[in-house]
Amino acid sequence: MTKRPSFIHFLGCIIPHRYPSIQKATEIVFEDLDMELLPMEGASCCPAPGVFGSFDRVTWASIAARNLTIAEQAKADVTTGCNGCFASLWDANHELKHDEELRQAVNEALAEVGREFKGTIEVTHYVDALYDTAGLQKIRKHVVRPMTGVRMALHPGCHWMRPKLVKQKDDSEKPHIFRELCEATSAEYVPYKDELMCCGAGGAVRTADLKVALDFTKQKFDSILAAGGADMIVTPCPFCELQLDAGQVEIQKHFGEEHTYTFDVLHVSELLALAFGHEPEEFGLATHLQYMQRKSEPNWERLGIKI
Amino acid sequence: MTSVEEKAPIDIDEVDRDFVQMIKRTGGTNIQNCYQCGTCSGSCPAGARTNYLVRGIIRKALLGLKEQCISAPELWYCTTCYTCTDRCPQDVSPTDVIKAIRNIAVAEGYMLEPHQKVAQKVLEAGHAVPLDKESWEQLRMKVGLEPKPPNASSHPEAVEEIKRIAKKTGFDKLVADKEE
Repeated sequence: MTKRPSFIHFLGCIIPHRYPSIQKATEIVFEDLDMELLPMEGASCCPAPGVFGSFDRVTWASIAARNLTIAEQAKADVTTGCNGCFASLWDANHELKHDEELRQAVNEALAEVGREFKGTIEVTHYVDALYDTAGLQKIRKHVVRPMTGVRMALHPGCHWMRPKLVKQKDDSEKPHIFRELCEATSAEYVPYKDELMCCGAGGAVRTADLKVALDFTKQKFDSILAAGGADMIVTPCPFCELQLDAGQVEIQKHFGEEHTYTFDVLHVSELLALAFGHEPEEFGLATHLQYMQRKSEPNWERLGIKI
Repeated sequence: MTSVEEKAPIDIDEVDRDFVQMIKRTGGTNIQNCYQCGTCSGSCPAGARTNYLVRGIIRKALLGLKEQCISAPELWYCTTCYTCTDRCPQDVSPTDVIKAIRNIAVAEGYMLEPHQKVAQKVLEAGHAVPLDKESWEQLRMKVGLEPKPPNASSHPEAVEEIKRIAKKTGFDKLVADKEE
């Protein structure tokens, strides 16, 4: 019998603190697929790559490396469901393995807290764990509630696959991995012009100028509508999810009532949990900030649930 | 500001000969590969709606116009989506150049207040988006999770470690509130 795949689970900030339904859905889906998630005790902010990476590279890499040392001590590869966390941890791991000068500076900082970056583990995204470790064949076997007929727009986001020459995961101009993973649920893929465009939240822009960030998001929504509309938007990132989900309420506020969008936005873990036959209450789909703020709930009928 | 205003000729005032080297040392290693084709700006979703012009900033940097680069508010409109990086025919990695220029800007005191607050949050709570209200804990319980996750929110010693790391790198002083 082969050993059960195991990952140390890096939660980050937004999943456990704002979209806990993603954490719960991930735990359910990984359990279904017989993949173990170990708690990552004492992990901090990744820290946010566009924010901290823009402020001070050595501090960014040191805080990221501190997180990596927790995984090194547990002798486990990391998995995370956030493109931003993935970017920080993966990039720091990669840069520290290749940049001796940076590694020295980082280890000097880590020595202050009795830690040392050794470079002994790998960092994965849920998408990697699901696509590479579990595999589509196994995932398809677990789909007992096919999302047939549900129109699905995808927002792959940026940092899982870019920069493509460094990450070497997918062709960022024509990616297929995230799409194949989502299509395993039998939902109908809806291509739209701005699918590969950034949601607008990253790089400290959401913090610096919310309206500019929302203008990106609005363009994406209009692009989906121009493609005939979609019943849901699926993303592999909680920061993108925050921007696309709570962003709808913010767009209404900043751009006017005529810009009212009502997309249900799901993390890929949540999509899989539904397709694996779990009820939305099992992981709290209705707790997304959009619904809490609007006092609304997911469009069950459109999602093909609870008819 | 419109893109037409942005097209004003570059004003070559004070030139800093070390600026390019500084950028290269800070992560923008390939800046000198740039031949100004403009693929970056043509691909840039931030440039499509603001006066942020990647090519222009890189040109100014190559000319050594440090002050103009680091003081430009539009420097902070890059979402670091890396589309320019994936399309650049010269492997400049404009995103990394912009991040390097931002690092230099912050070191010289150009940090936006909201960014400073986010940085302070990480030093105070261990997280940029902290579990700072009881309602967030209730949200977690509502979905069937324990009120506090096993991250720094339930490990005060982790926050202490972050503080000590930031003290060592000088980051704590960099983001501290400036005395009036």
